[in-house]
Formats: sequence, structure tokens, C-alpha cells
Amino acid sequence: MINISDFVEMKIPAQAEFVGVTRLTVSGIANRMGYSYDEIEDIKIALSEACTNAVNHAYKEDEKGQITIGFGIYEDRLEMMVLDRGQSFDYTKVSEKLGPVDSDKSVEQLSEGGLGLFLIESLMDKVEISGEDGVVVMMTKFLHRDGVEVDADTISSSPQ
Amino acid sequence: MNLQIKQEDHENTHHLHIAGEIDAYTAPQLREALLPLTGKEGHETLVHLGDVNYMDSTGLGVFVGALKSSKEHGSSIKLTGMTSRVQRLFEITGLDEVIDIEDVKGGSK
Repeated sequence: MINISDFVEMKIPAQAEFVGVTRLTVSGIANRMGYSYDEIEDIKIALSEACTNAVNHAYKEDEKGQITIGFGIYEDRLEMMVLDRGQSFDYTKVSEKLGPVDSDKSVEQLSEGGLGLFLIESLMDKVEISGEDGVVVMMTKFLHRDGVEVDADTISSSPQ
Repeated sequence: MNLQIKQEDHENTHHLHIAGEIDAYTAPQLREALLPLTGKEGHETLVHLGDVNYMDSTGLGVFVGALKSSKEHGSSIKLTGMTSRVQRLFEITGLDEVIDIEDVKGGSK
């Protein structure tokens, strides 16, 4: 049922200073896939929000944890999964378990990062959260290859 | 993945020039620079965001905190020169309605 063309997985320590590393990674992946500048920025923000939530809420202060991030690279979309327990996940199995955002428990768990979750939902095309064994956030951004994105802001807005 | 903050003071007006990335790692640094200024009654703080090339909700959170602090202490805060990318986050979250923002770079929306 699920057909993955490519899958990238990374693990980071559950610490704020590593969230920027995931941004660099996803920026490379999304750029390779052909997303526009603005879309890549949106993707970076969404992934950072999910990782920041995991850093802030998944582990107690003295607990050394890890966050696992998976990138499913498809012809027409990028799927990003953020898992706040350090174990590797069975991609297919996890995808099947995910429900819509309004599943009671997981939203309650993430409510402290409410603004972050709100941004994720605004910037991504699809967001699913499952809270069974740690929290898994899965975010999908579709790739529209048909035609060049015309955006006057893109060129002048950021001098990086 | 760093944040540079330069501060200039002209009597009761403070300028903070921010450059780099505002995320969960760097946000505490920004908060520490900002809150002592908004805590001074009658003082005005201008935050220059033109060289901020990345910001997420943790940055929004810092500015919400600074705004609360300014209301509480009778000071004022204004954000200036941000890129339209950064401005978009304020817009999506509705914070552009409560926070004073001027001179957005890179096209108006």
C-alpha cells in the first residue's frame, strides 16, 4: 500500500541546539526535490516546531533522550516524521497507526506548544499525530512540479 | 545557527539589532536582552529584525513575552525592518494585530 521511493532517517539528542541541524538536513532534501524557496522555508519551520516540541516535552530535565526524524521522499510529496522516543520506527507500521490531529490525548500533550502546532498545521498540507508510544508527528508537504512559482518576494526578501 | 545581538542606547530609547536565527536554542539569549529593556517604565525599545534569516514560534513567544512585559511596566516595544518571511509568521498567528510592526522588507502584503 505504501510505496516509498527513498527514506532518510536521523537521530538527534533531544536538545535545542540540534534542532538547527535538522533544518539544514531538510533544507538539503527539499531543495533536491525541487521545492521553491518559500516552500523550503515553510518546511524548515514545520520540522523545527515538531522537533522543538519533542525537545521541550518528551523528556524530563535530567533525562538524556533522543529524537528520531524520518523523511519519506516521494515523487509528489515529502513526509516528515518526528518521534520523541529514540528508537527507530517501522515506517510502514507507524504510518498506519496515525490518526487525525484532533485525537484527544496527543493534542493535550502538545498543547503547551500550541503556537508551534498551529504553525505546523498552517504551513503543511497534512498533519497527523499519534500518541501511543511516545508522540509521533507526521507532516506532509506536496510538491507541485507543474510550472514555476511566481513570487516577487522570493528574490528580494532575504539576503542569505 | 547563531544569534548576534547588538544594543544601542539613546537615553530612553533602546535599539536592538538582531542577526541570525531565532529558534529554541537562541531564543533565551533574545529574551535576556529584551526583557530588562521592556521592564523600564517610559522606555522605548526598537527591535531591528532585518538580518534575521530564520524564526519560528519560539521567537514569536519571546516577543509576546516582551509585549506583556512592556504593558505591565508602561514601556513600549516596536519591531522594525523584518523580512516578509518573518512577517508572515506574525500574520498567520494573528500576532501582527497586537504587536507594533513597521517597515517590512521585501514587498507589502
